[in-house]
Amino acid sequence: MPDAKLLLTLMLFLPFASAAITALMPAGARNSVAWLAGLTALAIFGVGLWAAPEIYAGAVLRAQHAWLPEYGLNFSIRLDGFAWAFTMIISGIGALVVLYARYYMSPDDSAPRFHAFLLGFMGAMLGVVISGNLIQLVFFWELTSLFSFLLIAYWHHKDAARDGARMALTVTAAGGLCLFAGMLIIGHIVGSYELDVVLSSGRTIVDHAMYPAALVLVAFGALTKSAQFPFHFWLPRAMTAPTPVSAYLHSATMVKAGVFLLARMWPVMAASDYWFWIFTPVGAATLLIGAFLAMFQQDLKGLLAYSTISHLGLIVLLLGLGSPLAAVAAIFHMINHATFKASLFMAAGIIDHEAGTRDIRQLGGLYRAMPITATLAMVAAAAMAGVPLLNGFLSKEMFFAETIETHVDSAFDHVLPYLATLAGMFSVAYSLRLIDQVFFGPKAKDLPRKPHDPAIWMLAPAALLALMCLLVGVFPAWTISGFLSAAVFGVLGALTPEYSLAVWHGLTPALLMSVVALGGGTLTYLGLKDYLSGEVEGPPLLRRLSGRRLFERAIAMLSWRWARVLEELLGTTHLQSQLRALVIVMVLAGCWPLLATAAFSPATALANVGAWLGSTWLSPGWLTSSVPMVGMFDPALVLVWAVGVACAVGAAWQAKYHRLVALILMGGSGLATSITFVWYSAPDLALTQLLVEIVTVVLILLGLRWMPRRDELIADDQQTSARLRRLRDLFIAIIAGGGVAALAFGVLTSELTATIGDEMIRRAYPEGGGHNVVNVILVDFRGFDTLGEIIVLGAVAITVFALLRRFRPARDSFAAPDQKRFQIEYDSIRYAPAKDPINAHYMLVQGVIIRLLFPVICAMAAFLFMRGHDLPGGGFIGGLTFAIAFILQYIAGGARWVEDRLVVLPVRWIGAGILLAAATGLGAVPFGRPFLTTAFRYVELPLFGKTPMASALWFDLGVFALVFGATVLMLIAIAHQSIRVYRTMEKASVREKAAARNRGDA
Amino acid sequence: MEPVIAIAIGVLTGSGVWLVLRPRTFQVIVGLSLISYAVNLFIFSMGRLKVGAPTFTESPGGASALADPVPQALVLTAIVISFAMTALLLVVTIASRGLTGSDHVDGREDGL
Repeated sequence: MPDAKLLLTLMLFLPFASAAITALMPAGARNSVAWLAGLTALAIFGVGLWAAPEIYAGAVLRAQHAWLPEYGLNFSIRLDGFAWAFTMIISGIGALVVLYARYYMSPDDSAPRFHAFLLGFMGAMLGVVISGNLIQLVFFWELTSLFSFLLIAYWHHKDAARDGARMALTVTAAGGLCLFAGMLIIGHIVGSYELDVVLSSGRTIVDHAMYPAALVLVAFGALTKSAQFPFHFWLPRAMTAPTPVSAYLHSATMVKAGVFLLARMWPVMAASDYWFWIFTPVGAATLLIGAFLAMFQQDLKGLLAYSTISHLGLIVLLLGLGSPLAAVAAIFHMINHATFKASLFMAAGIIDHEAGTRDIRQLGGLYRAMPITATLAMVAAAAMAGVPLLNGFLSKEMFFAETIETHVDSAFDHVLPYLATLAGMFSVAYSLRLIDQVFFGPKAKDLPRKPHDPAIWMLAPAALLALMCLLVGVFPAWTISGFLSAAVFGVLGALTPEYSLAVWHGLTPALLMSVVALGGGTLTYLGLKDYLSGEVEGPPLLRRLSGRRLFERAIAMLSWRWARVLEELLGTTHLQSQLRALVIVMVLAGCWPLLATAAFSPATALANVGAWLGSTWLSPGWLTSSVPMVGMFDPALVLVWAVGVACAVGAAWQAKYHRLVALILMGGSGLATSITFVWYSAPDLALTQLLVEIVTVVLILLGLRWMPRRDELIADDQQTSARLRRLRDLFIAIIAGGGVAALAFGVLTSELTATIGDEMIRRAYPEGGGHNVVNVILVDFRGFDTLGEIIVLGAVAITVFALLRRFRPARDSFAAPDQKRFQIEYDSIRYAPAKDPINAHYMLVQGVIIRLLFPVICAMAAFLFMRGHDLPGGGFIGGLTFAIAFILQYIAGGARWVEDRLVVLPVRWIGAGILLAAATGLGAVPFGRPFLTTAFRYVELPLFGKTPMASALWFDLGVFALVFGATVLMLIAIAHQSIRVYRTMEKASVREKAAARNRGDA
Repeated sequence: MEPVIAIAIGVLTGSGVWLVLRPRTFQVIVGLSLISYAVNLFIFSMGRLKVGAPTFTESPGGASALADPVPQALVLTAIVISFAMTALLLVVTIASRGLTGSDHVDGREDGL
């Protein structure tokens, strides 16, 4: 016997796996996807059959996998009789629906998409019924809402389908969120989310103070899902789904999830008056309203939808009564309803498919055209009406009997039997109408198609279900009793009451109610027949009361008007304002600790600063560094920063109208930064900063070409509002700058306690094999960080490249810049025309020098790279240097000249770099060490002498390659735009000339 | 020297913030570059300012006298990444200018 745990787990994952496979199949593979989906459903059914003997014996099968053990959450599967019965319904009807859909769906519809959604839904629904954990149950619950959304909107080109899907999702998913909250409360009360623990908790939940809250939340979840009044309106709208979906979701499975949950929680939550007073009135209202509205539907599927609502109301009512016998009746009716309603939906789909319309008024006399379909529909409709010798009769009898019993002594309780009989009459009336007006009466004219019975395999699923209605109705003890008692025992356990499934119970009051309902229903139908054949849409009384309209208005309010108001209040499409808000929040966050300090007041703060200044700076000793934390002033560095600060302010001042000036000034600040690094013992940083400074300036210079000319004042700049805005921004900038300066000063003058850096310095050589601690940290101690960073660098470079591939410059940037035009004009007078005139004579002297320097810089790059582990240098610095060697060639010779002579493949360098770095890291794994562990030793290399060969060197080589590739890729990509734009212009001018010629010819 | 470095960081930040709040894309690019100088200097200065103590274990004076290498390592990669971000921003802004015809950060001239 196979392992139960494995089998149950596989059963739950199978539909999702099949869905994934199906989704990837080609659109035309209708048969294969149908086979796959059908076999999946049958496999689940098979597992159910395999489990049947144990389930019949009253066993509960379980499978648990650790999921989030630290939170006490397991992925848990629990298959008891009730869950098993639903598993059989889900998989059995699922298989039939797949078969039906194979013939129903047209070849134009994407079969893989349909079946992938259907399988996904099957898995989600299965997850709901066999989850052994409340959180997991809610997860699958919401998943069913999502898949139902996708399935209802399957024909997404139709407005109605999209609207219906959205409404179903909004209502059921909102209910699911309530359910989630309710489950959290239940878990809190019981102390566990495991269903086993919850179900064995007895009266704990009912007696807890938070029970009403949990009950209301769970009720919201269940009632929305099962389309109970006043949330019923989504179900009729969901009829825009393909009919197989309606047959599956809206009769047998999805809408049953709500009542399934109520039955599941029944043993631990029903023993209270709250339960009765929530579910019985709601159930009764839904039962009556649904049945009443169903009579007046002109759409075949609409009728079935309202009838489903009504039957679900019946089940909710039964569960609300709180007696075990009523629960038995509820479970029995869940099973019966699934069979006859799925069959009816299929019949409705066949009629729609064959006749081309679902409007009952247009149909008529179809019995002669499609006798088999008519017979099947008649059997199922009779079961729906509760005609004796069909399964619907049995559960309806039980229902009538239960309403007569007294549960909570009240007027409402005493009225129930009359309401039930009335609803029974309506039910008979609409069932009768369905049969009479569709299959009998005058033969329909002007049907879009000529109806006839469909292919045998399209009829088979409906026939099988109708046959079951009949068999269960005639021989209940032989067919359904074992199945039902397993399901009932799963819910009620020891509470299971005595009940009888006999067809004939003698002359009971319930039988009398049935007879009254049948007779009254027939009379009602005959009385209403003329009204229904008229042009009037909908019922006489309740037409105005539309939950749908209320819902739509609420949605419009929420998602349109209020959202608009909020957007206008809080949002802006101006990036400038958004950035300003960000900066202000940052400044406030920085000030927060100061403002939050109770002792803080501006006056004392100023006094403190004053006292501190008096004692430190203004005392004569500060120049000679007598204050321990303020180091000696060095006039040279002060001068450097005098320039650096002036450059920064100048850049800020000039960036609008004088971009080149601003760029040069910005470079000045960068140089000051670089000098500071080298001054304060960070040669690696200084080198990196210097090199990055070079490439940044080149990069932005290349970008300047594509920015608009700005040689006249922008008029708006002189307006008062603009001046005020600048003043405000200046204020923000001064606050931000002052704050950061104060913070930096505060840190700089505080004592440095022992840091992790000391540890790294100590270990750098013994463990990393390098004297340059910064480099050892980069390639070894924090190598994983560096790996991430170079990947970011590579990704950015490729993004830049990709963005520029589709780059379209603005029209006014098409023409060559003035300087270039001037040069070309000058050259063309003096020299013979050349292919690339600008480069033939431009920067001739510098060009020669730069070309000569190329090998020198390359050697320098190699040198910086090789010594990086012990002295300033390394992959980043070497890579940047190497990139600069290439960029200089581009500057001197132009892109065409360089690319005629050198093959640069930056993307490959990037790829090689990442692969090399990652492979070096993986190299440690075979030796049993963690990813990126370094090994090193010294080797004698010719020319270089004794060189440390740490495996980190290979990692650093990866960094080198990537930094080189990324830098060169970004710069070349921008540089190439100048060449591209001329090509674009040439093409455009050729086109224009051709067009002009054509015009001339004409 | 600490006050000078602190003021330098402050001025770089202030200039950068002012530029970042400006309407033209080029101003924002320069502003972000200035801010990245400031941030890099700030992180670097978390290891305090030490003259003549580069982080090479062979240098005289022993390990205890060396500068803190960790902020340096952090800043080194930050410098390279900020270059990459400058490049990305530059490309985005020139592409946006190509599409919208405007170098205003909103992509249209009627800014606030």
